[in-house]
Amino acid sequence: MKNFIKIIAAICLLITIVSMQSCTIVKEYEKNKLNDSEMVLGNRTVEKTELSFQSYREGSSGANAGKVGGGCGCN
Amino acid sequence: MKKLIISIVALFGIFNAKAQENISSEPKKLTFDEANLVSSYYKQDGNNSAVTGGIGTEKLTDISNTIDVTMVKYDKKDRKNKFNFSVGIDHYTSASSDMIDLKANSSASHADNRIYPALNWSRENESKGTTLMAGVSFSTEFDYQSYGANIGFSQKTANKMGEFTAKLQAYLDQVKLITPIELRTNGSTDGEHESYGTSGRNTFALSLSYSQIINQNFQVEFLADGIQQTGYLGLPFHRVYFTDNSVHQEALPDKRFKIPLGVRANYFLGDKVILRAYYRYYTDDWGLKSNTFSLETPVKISPFVSVSPFYRYYSQTAAKYFAPYQEDTAFDDFYTSNYDLSKFDSHFYGAGIRFSPKNGLFGIERLNMLEIRYGHYTKSIGMKSDIVSLNLRFK
Repeated sequence: MKNFIKIIAAICLLITIVSMQSCTIVKEYEKNKLNDSEMVLGNRTVEKTELSFQSYREGSSGANAGKVGGGCGCN
Repeated sequence: MKKLIISIVALFGIFNAKAQENISSEPKKLTFDEANLVSSYYKQDGNNSAVTGGIGTEKLTDISNTIDVTMVKYDKKDRKNKFNFSVGIDHYTSASSDMIDLKANSSASHADNRIYPALNWSRENESKGTTLMAGVSFSTEFDYQSYGANIGFSQKTANKMGEFTAKLQAYLDQVKLITPIELRTNGSTDGEHESYGTSGRNTFALSLSYSQIINQNFQVEFLADGIQQTGYLGLPFHRVYFTDNSVHQEALPDKRFKIPLGVRANYFLGDKVILRAYYRYYTDDWGLKSNTFSLETPVKISPFVSVSPFYRYYSQTAAKYFAPYQEDTAFDDFYTSNYDLSKFDSHFYGAGIRFSPKNGLFGIERLNMLEIRYGHYTKSIGMKSDIVSLNLRFK
């Protein structure tokens, strides 16, 4: 399972790097899909408590705009 | 006469355009932008409680309520100032915390409340594509107090397709030193009015991110943090049993450096489906490494309703100071039996449903979104939990 996840992560990174080579300029009036509230790059407001319990119950945190380890008796 | 009429019409047009400009300029007064209420119920159970040395119940429930309000004001230089005030209250009960005194049927530590207000400000200069941010936070519960502050800056690229953000956060915390009752030397009994010593824990984090619009349907973000923690990094009521069955207080180093690296990618597939993917790699100097992968796929059933199934996989190696019940010895300088620092995999899956009709919900025009979400979490070491969350948004 771990190797599978690493392969998936590597594929996602490769797709992202290749896609970035073909960035196009998107005009404001073309951003209707990008501006959809479910397309926002970031955690959804409803996930707030989920991020909290994950930082308490797991050893790692950060890189998700959530807790970085301080502010609570968590990891 | 014709020239006179044309001149009058032209003058009228000019004055009207100026009036339109004044009417459409952004309001200068502080105005309400948005408010969110998030309520959650969380319930867990397992058999590896750190309070009882890596064995025993981990039963815990948590009811969490958070409200945040955002106000907006444009200043004289036409910069958008946003003020966000939030306050959260958690009430939790913990069967394991109740075991700080192994002999008591129930003690003051079986339940607690945590209150955490925060105030954040940002100022965006839309013409230059820059944003300044700052904020303060506070958190208090019976055995833990925290003062936090953050500052940040973001800059969009010239074509406004990319944005770079840097943020510095600091948390200055105090941990109340509540020792397991059999290890106390001063005869204290864990009563409600007991006075305990405290020890400091400081966290400093630098967070960097870069987001990029690839095309009309696709955008990505790269995130990297560097986090340094110093001070009392364990919890004083965690027990560790050595191989000779002697009981000790958890002992962890007073420094920890963490590096998480993450990438997000959101893609609008067709007109109805969104793919939200996230991957994080984490490493720290306690020997813990982890991989996190999550995928959420909102499906728009109608313009106002969407369903979002999600799945998250997490895998971590053990911290080098971890050992199960009765496997540590007196030769170890540092030791813990906290299974949150052990080797395990976890799965978190569930779904949410979101309603956002144009004219508001339940006849309230300002209630513009309701989202309910359920998730089930399981660890390979036997811990399980469930969480249900509700978000109401007012605009």
